[in-house]
Amino acid sequence: MTASRVVAADADTALRYKVLRRIKSRPTTRGAVILLGILLLLALLAPFIAPQNPHDLASLSVMDNRLEPGSQGMTGITYWLGTDAQGRDMLSAILYGLRTSLLVGLTSTAGALGIGVFAGLVAAQFGGTIDAAIMRVVDFMLGFPSILIALVLLASIGRGVDKVIIAIILVQWAQYARLMRAAALVERRKEYIEAAVNFGLPTRHIMLAHLLPNSISSVLVVSTISIAGAITLEATLSFLGVGVPVTQPSLGLLIANGFEFLLSGEYWIAAFPGIALVLLIMSLNLVGERLRRSFNVRGQ
Amino acid sequence: MTAYILQRLIQSVLVLLAVSIVVFLAVYGIGDPIELLVPPQVSAAERMAMIQRLGLDLPAWQQYLGFLGNALKGDLGYSFVHGVPAVDLILARLPATFELVLLAMSLAAIIGIPLGLLAGLNPESRPSRAIMAGTILGFSLPSFWKGMMLILLFSVFLGWLPTAGRGETVSVLGIPTSLLTLDGLKHLALPALNLAIPNMALMIRLVAAGTTEAMTQDYVKYARAKGVRSRRIVGRHVLRNILIPVVTVAGMEFGSLVAFSTITETVFAWPGMGKLLIDSIYQLDRPVVVAYVMLATLLFVAVNFLVDILYAALDPRVNLTGEMA
Repeated sequence: MTASRVVAADADTALRYKVLRRIKSRPTTRGAVILLGILLLLALLAPFIAPQNPHDLASLSVMDNRLEPGSQGMTGITYWLGTDAQGRDMLSAILYGLRTSLLVGLTSTAGALGIGVFAGLVAAQFGGTIDAAIMRVVDFMLGFPSILIALVLLASIGRGVDKVIIAIILVQWAQYARLMRAAALVERRKEYIEAAVNFGLPTRHIMLAHLLPNSISSVLVVSTISIAGAITLEATLSFLGVGVPVTQPSLGLLIANGFEFLLSGEYWIAAFPGIALVLLIMSLNLVGERLRRSFNVRGQ
Repeated sequence: MTAYILQRLIQSVLVLLAVSIVVFLAVYGIGDPIELLVPPQVSAAERMAMIQRLGLDLPAWQQYLGFLGNALKGDLGYSFVHGVPAVDLILARLPATFELVLLAMSLAAIIGIPLGLLAGLNPESRPSRAIMAGTILGFSLPSFWKGMMLILLFSVFLGWLPTAGRGETVSVLGIPTSLLTLDGLKHLALPALNLAIPNMALMIRLVAAGTTEAMTQDYVKYARAKGVRSRRIVGRHVLRNILIPVVTVAGMEFGSLVAFSTITETVFAWPGMGKLLIDSIYQLDRPVVVAYVMLATLLFVAVNFLVDILYAALDPRVNLTGEMA
């Protein structure tokens, strides 16, 4: 049992190095990793590097509303990306918006991953009626477009960062459950699990110490792309007016706020947060896609 | 086959029942149904009358049976805002959404299939790489932002196309359509393109992957050895073989296009079902939201049912014993 695990671990490490090497050798993927790193850093450091605190109404001057990119404000501050209808510096708003978008995307993905992995593991381990029941719910959830489920749910429970996270977890856990179940079923047929069962190890120990760590990698790989999906979903819900509250605008809400000024040619209020959002989603998609291909995971 | 159809039919009915229970619980179970179903501006006497008329004083299971019975008769309540049956309101908006979705699907197929073939035949060439990179963009751009940028480019900067509404419509068999007037088509162009782009990217990916795989198959090698022209090999043999998955996915995507049209309709103020849903959410017009969910579910279940049956009929390899692999 130990020997087989060592061999498996070695193969794993070798694969990991191969993947790392491939990521480094591909200029597009390398660019995407660097971009993603920069965006994460910007979001993390927003309070220190943003020229203005966009949530602090006292620091805004309404006189500076809807200024073009590069204009000078009343206080001498330069608005590199222009200002919105409240005279808010767009650059600062985008940096803070990035935080909200990432917060929602990462938290909801983590939540959905946890629930999905648990459900998939239970389904694979116990089989029979439990498996059938869990998988019917999964099929049911995946049968409907996630945007519609989340939209209707939020329409009845109201908007809020926590509520958006709940809605996204609800629509995303099922895909992880399906993947985890498939991976765990393959793993369960292997000899070391059989050995562990014959050893008389408790079921919980087999599930958590053997099945989980050995079958979770494919699910984790797919989750990178799902973060992009969660961020897009949040942005869309916020755009439609059922997402995050106005006091904590995400990139999607910033874009929505700029929509009404688009037709008069004041493009920057909607366009720049959109570019930030697209860069974030694209870099996540590119990295996720490369990971998925390198690990040869067939996802959704 | 009959047994399979019957089994899928029963499954579909069960899904509809499950959704009706979830929706019922959401409206009647969580929170106060009186607050949701009785408009806030009515007097106390009217309020009591409405509670009795809606049967809100009955036990929950009786209420559910009533809800289900009415739903089967096509009665899903009256809109608070418009005062007409919610179902009628939605059905009146149906043609606008279908027109948009059908045009988007056609655009995705007409542009996506040739580009996919091109990318699949020479996967390493420069144009193919550009096409495949474009599909990542097509998947990544959030629908609402993409729509706004289309408006910015084609309407605000270039001034070629209108930004909102349906334009001039003509009635065909009593159904208004924008497809037959120049003004209508101009109004349709941007929303349809916006809705089509992610689907187009999906189509390109599917066709490219299918083509690359098909080109290595024995029947292609044989045709080549026989001296069949490349054009004929692609047109007659390869394309035919990859069309089954493409048609299946196109069918399955129909439902998600209807769902995504909600976003596109909101951006372009297109007066379809999706715009109605969003407006009803803003106006707290619950009966319309409930009716939309039930009708959308019916639509998805029906489409999935048809796709499954068609797929089983088209592809002899599909296992009909009900064992999903």
